[in-house]
Amino acid sequence: MAKWIDVCSIDDLQPNSGVCALLEGEQVAIFWMPVLSGAKGPDAKIYAVGNYDPFGNANVLSRGLIGDIGGQPVVASPLYKQHYNLQTGVCLEDETVKIPVYAIRIDNGSVQVDLSSLPQDGAQAL
Amino acid sequence: MSVKQTIVVIGNGMVGQHFLANLVESAMKEQYEIITFCEEPRAAYDRVHLSAFFTGTTAQELSLVEDGFFEQHGITIHLGDKAVSIDRAAKTVTSAKGLTIAYDKLVLATGSYPFVPPVPGHDRAQCLVYRTIEDLEAIAAAAKTGKVGTVVGGGLLGLEAAKALMDLGLETHVVEFAPRLMAVQLDDAGGAMLRLKIENLGVTVHTGKNTSVITDGEQCVNKMCFADGEELETDIVLFSAGIRPRDDLARACGLEVGQRGGIVIDNQCRTSDENIYAIGECALWNGMIYGLVAPGYTMARTVVADLAGNDASFTGADMSTKLKLMGVDVASIGDAHAKTQGAMVYSYQNGDSEIYKRLVVSQDKKQLLGAVLVGDASGYSTLLQYCLNGIELPENPDALILPHRSDESVGLGPDALPASAQICSCYDVTKGAICSAIEGGCMTMGALKAETKAATGCGGCSALLKSVLDSELSKQGFEVNTDICEHFAYTRQDLHNLIRVEEIKTFADLLHKHGKGQGCEICKPTVGNILASQWNEHILEKDHLGLQDTNDTYLANMQKDGTYSVVPRITGGEISPDMLIALGQVGKKYKLYTKITGGQRVDLFGARVDQLPHIWKELIAAGFESGHAYGKSLRTVKSCVGSTWCRYGVDDSVGLAIELENRYKGLRSPHKIKFAVSGCTRECAEAQGKDVGVIATENGWNLYVCGNGGMKPRHADLFATGLDKATLIKYIDRFLSFYVYTADRLQRTSVWMENMEGGLDYLKSVVIEDKLGLCDQLEQQMQYVIDTYQCEWKTAIEDEAKLKRFRHFINSDQPDDNIVFVEERGQIRPADDNERKHFKLMEIA
Repeated sequence: MAKWIDVCSIDDLQPNSGVCALLEGEQVAIFWMPVLSGAKGPDAKIYAVGNYDPFGNANVLSRGLIGDIGGQPVVASPLYKQHYNLQTGVCLEDETVKIPVYAIRIDNGSVQVDLSSLPQDGAQAL
Repeated sequence: MSVKQTIVVIGNGMVGQHFLANLVESAMKEQYEIITFCEEPRAAYDRVHLSAFFTGTTAQELSLVEDGFFEQHGITIHLGDKAVSIDRAAKTVTSAKGLTIAYDKLVLATGSYPFVPPVPGHDRAQCLVYRTIEDLEAIAAAAKTGKVGTVVGGGLLGLEAAKALMDLGLETHVVEFAPRLMAVQLDDAGGAMLRLKIENLGVTVHTGKNTSVITDGEQCVNKMCFADGEELETDIVLFSAGIRPRDDLARACGLEVGQRGGIVIDNQCRTSDENIYAIGECALWNGMIYGLVAPGYTMARTVVADLAGNDASFTGADMSTKLKLMGVDVASIGDAHAKTQGAMVYSYQNGDSEIYKRLVVSQDKKQLLGAVLVGDASGYSTLLQYCLNGIELPENPDALILPHRSDESVGLGPDALPASAQICSCYDVTKGAICSAIEGGCMTMGALKAETKAATGCGGCSALLKSVLDSELSKQGFEVNTDICEHFAYTRQDLHNLIRVEEIKTFADLLHKHGKGQGCEICKPTVGNILASQWNEHILEKDHLGLQDTNDTYLANMQKDGTYSVVPRITGGEISPDMLIALGQVGKKYKLYTKITGGQRVDLFGARVDQLPHIWKELIAAGFESGHAYGKSLRTVKSCVGSTWCRYGVDDSVGLAIELENRYKGLRSPHKIKFAVSGCTRECAEAQGKDVGVIATENGWNLYVCGNGGMKPRHADLFATGLDKATLIKYIDRFLSFYVYTADRLQRTSVWMENMEGGLDYLKSVVIEDKLGLCDQLEQQMQYVIDTYQCEWKTAIEDEAKLKRFRHFINSDQPDDNIVFVEERGQIRPADDNERKHFKLMEIA
């Protein structure tokens, strides 16, 4: 069962960059990528992943740069620049490393995350 | 235990030093105790570029010996001590100071001395020669009181010497015995063209003049009387009428010498005594004395190989030369005088552009035998390759010297060259060596130069080197892709052009018009950087916010644990006690780790992201502003204390450093930029290790560019000398603007300049001579950036919207519990993994 937690208002987000939320003790990085006018690529998206960088051992991913590589939406760690797929959590440089991915939605101007959607090993994030 | 043999080298000039450097790099190093005598008070220096001494280059900069070279390799050097005799029976050398040293092997690298014609009066006051730094100092001293200087000798060295006299501000004459200038290298028409060009520069040339006596002058110190009855009044007489080998030591100990001088050597550079070698200008090989440095270097390498028992031989050298004499390009290749039987000549003369070219080809028109180029030597590399490699000439050889007025290409493609073709003659680098370096991963001019040393001597081969690189890369299937990333099929410079010309102000707009996708961590910061350089809007404006790297976005430097360090600007490293106290109070209040940086400021570590605005509110209230340590931008202008306090200071280095730092602070650039200003040539600010270095001299400011420290340190190059402050600032404005405009992303000034075709000379022509007609625009752009400067932190703390991201959690005021500090030497540091676990357990318990 999905359990949506209110995080913040859509106005608290910064377009094309990240923020970090504290949800039940977990640090969650939230990225909002509105479609850049006229650009081709993934649709406007909002993503939620773990904030912890497993290479740098620090809570910093929300402060990384976002973009797309080969069509995949990614965040680049601000510490050592590894890329993580924002939809699957898989590290592009080392596929054995994966960060948590959470379901996220915008409901009536409110940003909501479902922590229970944390995928098990091998499961695909929704 | 094997006992080391002793090798003694007499002479520490360019060739002697080259021998030592090659010897210690070889396996032979372990087998020999190395001892060298150097008659001059200083070790080897660059005699080829001696005239640079008059344009501000110091004796130290001319040195060819790296600091600590002799100590590091265990070489004993007797400076200022001249070897005066050799006892071949006892195998000993005795010096002027009375040392007697036994040798197993002896190398004579005694060089040559300037020939002074035995004209009556040749030893009068202010009759000088041009070979050593001491000679140059004597010339400079004489020039202080004199007005007129005359060089005797219109050869290569004579014209170099004439340039030196011009640089010293003297009315300059050149007197030549032969009917033309550079009689050895040029034919009559080439010599005449060179004369025309040099006279246009203000030098008076007298050819076919035989000096019969030098006597008292009326207006000047000296008067030269010529055999034809004419006279010339001059203060300085500078003899540069050729060289003579210094073979007196060899002669005295009975070694075989040539009829007209020179120590006779064989193909292994051995003299008539098997334990004695001779190399360089003192050696006579096959009846020839080689007065160029490259053959001397080859001889030095031959001896090292022979000592090691390797096959090597010196079999003569190509005497082709290309040089710039007083800004005039002159080149001579092979049989320039068409002495070969049956040789045919093609020539091209353009009186309007003052260009003369001559080709000498074999009877069957298939081989190039020689060439002369005056006024335009751009074809030198191609012609030299034809000549040295025996490449068959095109059907109409004259196409090689006629101006190209259509699309037809007559250049020799790099593919036509054999692997053995020498590309760089200064460092003897073949095309084969270059190709294997490219295969080994050298994909850029910079990497190739660093690996092979090609094009790092005179630089004459850099265009050819570039074409070999391009050709090899495309052969290996590399499409030389200069796209910045998958989102933009453009280089950084292309993007800068698009942004400037189309007046694009945002990343979104640029992506919409010229890119695809959403962008990435390569193109976003690059474009953010260009937008900042061009329009200078605050980087935390809504449209720019997501573009910059995290350091820029948080206006601070992220450390390994996700905390930040804070560096306020301390211009020129000057700070009052009150400001220092204010800084200390902020550090204490927020419990920050405090360290002095290499750029003469203070770095405060361990600030959490939510603390940054509070810290900066206090720093700004105390009078500090952002130090831009987080940006690809001007970092610091380091300075020594300068003439205000220092006993040796020549000018106010601190004052200038502060002025420069305030002028360029906030300028965003392809990579970080560091400056330094030294108040005298003792150079305490280490300005020659910076992108822009300024050193005070009695004649004004000397400007150095393109140095850096870091992983690959590089000494800066002297760019201009004796500048007043306004000119200095003008040049720096243009230099920085041109760098910002044309460099690649994350390319320091050094690599940028090294990859530039034409290198330093080209950069000078753009910045000093305004070759591209760009200087007005470059200065205007810099003025715009200066006029729109803002302290990024001051603007940020005054605008709530910009501070929105300066909290760890969007939905909580808690700090990040993963940030844990422990104490060390009385200050904080990040806890390591074990300490962090321990700390967390304690918290839970």
